[in-house]
Amino acid sequence: MIRQGQMQVVKQQQIAANIFELTLIGQQVLDMKQPGQFVHIRVSDQMEPLLRRPISISSIDKETLEFTMIYRADGRGTTLLSEKKPGAQVDVLGPLGNGFPIEKIEAGQTALLVGGGIGVPPLYELSKRLVEKGVKPVHVLGFQSKDVVFYEREFQQLGKTHIVTADGSYGHKGFVTNVLETLEDDFAVYYSCGPTPMLKALEEMYPEKAGYLSFEQRMGCGIGACFACVCETTEKTEADYVKVCSDGPVFQSGVVRV
Amino acid sequence: MNRLAVELPGLSLKNPIMPASGCFGFGKEYAKLYNLSQLGAIMIKATTLETRLGNPTPRVAETPAGMLNAIGLQNPGLTKVMENELPWLEQYDVPIIANVAGTLTEDYVAVAKSISQAPNVHALELNISCPNVKQGGITFGTDPVVAEELTRAVKEVSSVPVYVKLSPNVTNVNDIAKAVEAGGADGITMINTLLGIRLDTKTGRPVIANVTGGLSGPAIKPVALRMVYDVAKQVSIPIIGMGGISTIDDVIDFLSAGASAVAIGTANFVDPFVCPNLIEQLPEKLDELGFETVTELVGRSHRL
Repeated sequence: MIRQGQMQVVKQQQIAANIFELTLIGQQVLDMKQPGQFVHIRVSDQMEPLLRRPISISSIDKETLEFTMIYRADGRGTTLLSEKKPGAQVDVLGPLGNGFPIEKIEAGQTALLVGGGIGVPPLYELSKRLVEKGVKPVHVLGFQSKDVVFYEREFQQLGKTHIVTADGSYGHKGFVTNVLETLEDDFAVYYSCGPTPMLKALEEMYPEKAGYLSFEQRMGCGIGACFACVCETTEKTEADYVKVCSDGPVFQSGVVRV
Repeated sequence: MNRLAVELPGLSLKNPIMPASGCFGFGKEYAKLYNLSQLGAIMIKATTLETRLGNPTPRVAETPAGMLNAIGLQNPGLTKVMENELPWLEQYDVPIIANVAGTLTEDYVAVAKSISQAPNVHALELNISCPNVKQGGITFGTDPVVAEELTRAVKEVSSVPVYVKLSPNVTNVNDIAKAVEAGGADGITMINTLLGIRLDTKTGRPVIANVTGGLSGPAIKPVALRMVYDVAKQVSIPIIGMGGISTIDDVIDFLSAGASAVAIGTANFVDPFVCPNLIEQLPEKLDELGFETVTELVGRSHRL
């Protein structure tokens, strides 16, 4: 069920250069079903900035009614969000969208989780759920440089974790694909979130594997009404197009034309 | 007596608040959030004869107190709207205003003739600000002669009253308003979006793939209000006003300027519950201003 309401800031901290981790508390957490869903946030009650910001959910705790988001403060809206202190109220619409299906993999199997930059956060809740289910996750996480790497230890606690930086300042140098080429492809399903070129590279690398990819697109309403975030589809699906906000953001590999 | 009720050609509105076309799809998404029967009416997304996939993305960009969009009239086409969307909306006790768009006069006529026969379509809204039409672009909405002829052609085939949605991207909106009235329009809806561009300051590239987009949101309210105010003096057919409405005071302003009802667009994206919230706030606002009914308020700025 999609709800709109005020949630309270429990914790906000910077965890890497311009990368913030924000924890909110409220009843809406009970509706957060799948890893990979997102919330649509109003960062101010003023007319500027006007629109909501879609931000993915990085972890959910139904017992404490808290959820966490990790986002990059790189625009006016997210910068305002990063200034919210504990106790402040945030207008949250959500949870929105369809997340990563964990029922597509079985206990004992291996899952490959590939994240790029600010696409890494939703993989954290996904990995936790997979581990709970008895699935073995392998993480390959790509970042631009050392100063924007985050959650390495958190992912390591859940499974084998490879860090890649584009400039080689930390971990492996290059792109996630450089590391993937060196790994065994003994995984049953791959899950990914990150820049579209990375998603495209994965589809090309693993044409025979089941994969679930989370896409990003500029959004308006966040609920499927405005047609801002549509993506072209391939012949693999009957739909002429899909909407990232309400049909996605996670799609099976091959559905969205990349 | 329902003090919020408004009677317009083809439309018995239980209140003067309705979502604007293009900002509400065909209602399904918002129906998950609240009961659509609360609304005065629903202006559904523009329907064309054929399926349209719209423009490339990015299609939207935020601007100060507003947004630009260039969706490109994406819609499933007349047949699917008639077979799926309109019958689905019949479960709600709410009149539908069908927004009709096309490339050629013949397209408008064909869509209008068919869609006006759907049982829950109580009026048409003729979209004459489409940028890709015959006679070199937006001439349907910017040339009074063409606007009048199109209105007349659609009126001939429509089984319900026809409202014409005016573009603000003209030298003199009054001329277009008078022309569509002469063409037989039963009402006017105004305004559509204002053409704009946002650039990526770093690269100098337009943010929207279509380069230009239509500006909407609170930023355009003064422009919309001025146009409604002017047109109300020029025509005797009713106006449904829109353009940047997000608060109850905005609603009052448009009614005062001469709109008989109002439509809410971009504000639905900011607050998906904005329409029911405004409907709920309206009686209290009437009390505060000392008006018994909504209709008493309509055009009061011209009677001062």
